[in-house]
Amino acid sequence: MTTAILSGLRVGFAHAMRRSTLTIGLTVLAVFVLAAIFAPLLTPGPPDVLDIGRRMRPPSSDHWMGTDEFGRDVYTRLVYGGRLSLGIGAMTAFFSAIFGVTLGLLAGFFPVLDRTLSRVIDAMMAFPDILLAIALVAALNPSVANVVLALTVVYTPRIARTVRASTLVIRELPYVEAARALGVSSGRILRVHVLRNLVSPIIVQGTFVFAYAMLAEASLSFLGVGASPERPSWGTMISAARSYYRQADWLALYPGLAIMIAVLSLQMVGDALRDVLDPKLRRSV
Amino acid sequence: MSKALLRVESLRTHFPVRGDRRRVVRAVDDVTFEVPAGRIVGLVGESGSGKTTIGRSILRLVQATSGRVIFDGTDLLALSEREMRGFRRQLQIIFQDPFSSLNPRMTVAEIIGEALLTHDLAPGKSRRPRTAELLERVGLDAAQMDRYPHEFSGGQRQRIGIARAIAVEPQFIVADEAVSALDVSVQAQVLNLLLDLQQALGLTMLFIAHDLAVVEYLCDDVVVLYLGRVMERAPRERLYTGARHPYTKALLSAVPVPELGHIRDRMLLKGDIPSPIDPPSGCVFRTRCPYAIGDCASVVPPLVEVAPGHAKACIRDDVP
Repeated sequence: MTTAILSGLRVGFAHAMRRSTLTIGLTVLAVFVLAAIFAPLLTPGPPDVLDIGRRMRPPSSDHWMGTDEFGRDVYTRLVYGGRLSLGIGAMTAFFSAIFGVTLGLLAGFFPVLDRTLSRVIDAMMAFPDILLAIALVAALNPSVANVVLALTVVYTPRIARTVRASTLVIRELPYVEAARALGVSSGRILRVHVLRNLVSPIIVQGTFVFAYAMLAEASLSFLGVGASPERPSWGTMISAARSYYRQADWLALYPGLAIMIAVLSLQMVGDALRDVLDPKLRRSV
Repeated sequence: MSKALLRVESLRTHFPVRGDRRRVVRAVDDVTFEVPAGRIVGLVGESGSGKTTIGRSILRLVQATSGRVIFDGTDLLALSEREMRGFRRQLQIIFQDPFSSLNPRMTVAEIIGEALLTHDLAPGKSRRPRTAELLERVGLDAAQMDRYPHEFSGGQRQRIGIARAIAVEPQFIVADEAVSALDVSVQAQVLNLLLDLQQALGLTMLFIAHDLAVVEYLCDDVVVLYLGRVMERAPRERLYTGARHPYTKALLSAVPVPELGHIRDRMLLKGDIPSPIDPPSGCVFRTRCPYAIGDCASVVPPLVEVAPGHAKACIRDDVP
């Protein structure tokens, strides 16, 4: 009796936790996204207003997060910076997932294609991530689209490999054999039996790529092959702050916190989504 | 014996050995038997004897190397993938593991609905009532059809698997160790369900098992396999009372007898089943056979009929 109540409480608690993880994660992300979209309404002016007289001022009532080495308002740049950082992260995650899942499914399900596709995937993964992205952006010239393209090329093989590995396992499971014995078409087996059971790894990898793409964009900006030298992103802000962190730690602190909180809430949403979409965890009471 | 619905002729299924192209695993090697219409044939043997591979080869879930599988006059192995699709409705399979044989992300209604959908049975609005009917046929509560497999017990899941198999109204079912993963009490229920369905629907069945007691309960004829080859085949009564092959005798002597004071006259086999990559020459059983003689190493024993419907693959006729 007591144990029943206790286990009931524990399940209830687990549910509440899961729900609150999703709620908190989604709320924080929504705040970030809305702030980026409505940046002009939330900030006193454009992000590139110079005020040479007020360089590197610590946070005050005028400048909540201080000013940078050119006297620009850090808060304003942070809000505008979300546009590039979140945008590049989201687009990279989206396109990498599309291509990665397609390639991984094909390689994992059709042994004929596997040899070729796996070689290509391995070859792509042999390059260090950032080096490949630098080479691609440098060859194409820096722009938002090219950064997304380069990062998609970098992260697609990572997703493809995970999806391929899971597909190889699922393909041999008796429920797939049962579907084949029924005469279900390969297309439907891929969609209904394989893809549906890949939801968890895809979500995990997707949030991972989102977070890493935001960080990679920062590295690219620092190396001068970023999306845009003049538009701020959280990554460029941190890169620029590196030279001044002894005098002005707030320059790196706030964009760093922004990245951290964005990544954390993404992971929370990813985790919660994975659980919500799993029938076993959804109705465990 | 009535006309055979399914006849397996010289079936061979060999798998390549990874990293060594010259060698193969002889999972099934020259197997011939038939399943008469309306009967249940048991396929027994140790693990590694090839019984599961035979079932899968018949349904073309694995590619057979050579031989023929004649189903109702058609050689299934000679069909194209597309032609085979038409036959899929006639032959179904029930799996051993009631957990991995149902997609965890599909509801029961979707799982059975897929069978109906694939063969255009019960289209549109009639699908749910038909699904409910099938669930009730296998002894499940139709109100639970929107639940996921993990919400059911092992026995219930096995019933869902059975409902999926009979949904397409097949003539022939391969039951691959269909009850061996279940508790003994549940085994009996599922066996009775299979027997009941077999009689009510006029099914023909190939029942793959390693449990001789289960086979004795259910099957009309029994085929004994060892290392991918048929050792003996006979009608049930003959096999259980008058087995002629030393391997069958050894298997039967291992069946526990629930009787007080029963002293078992066990015939113990030494060692393990040899590797199917490198099977013994001549009779594959000779390495573990207490009656093996010199000739056993040189002659592959043919399957010889010793009585109507009863054949054995052993060159010694003087085995006690």
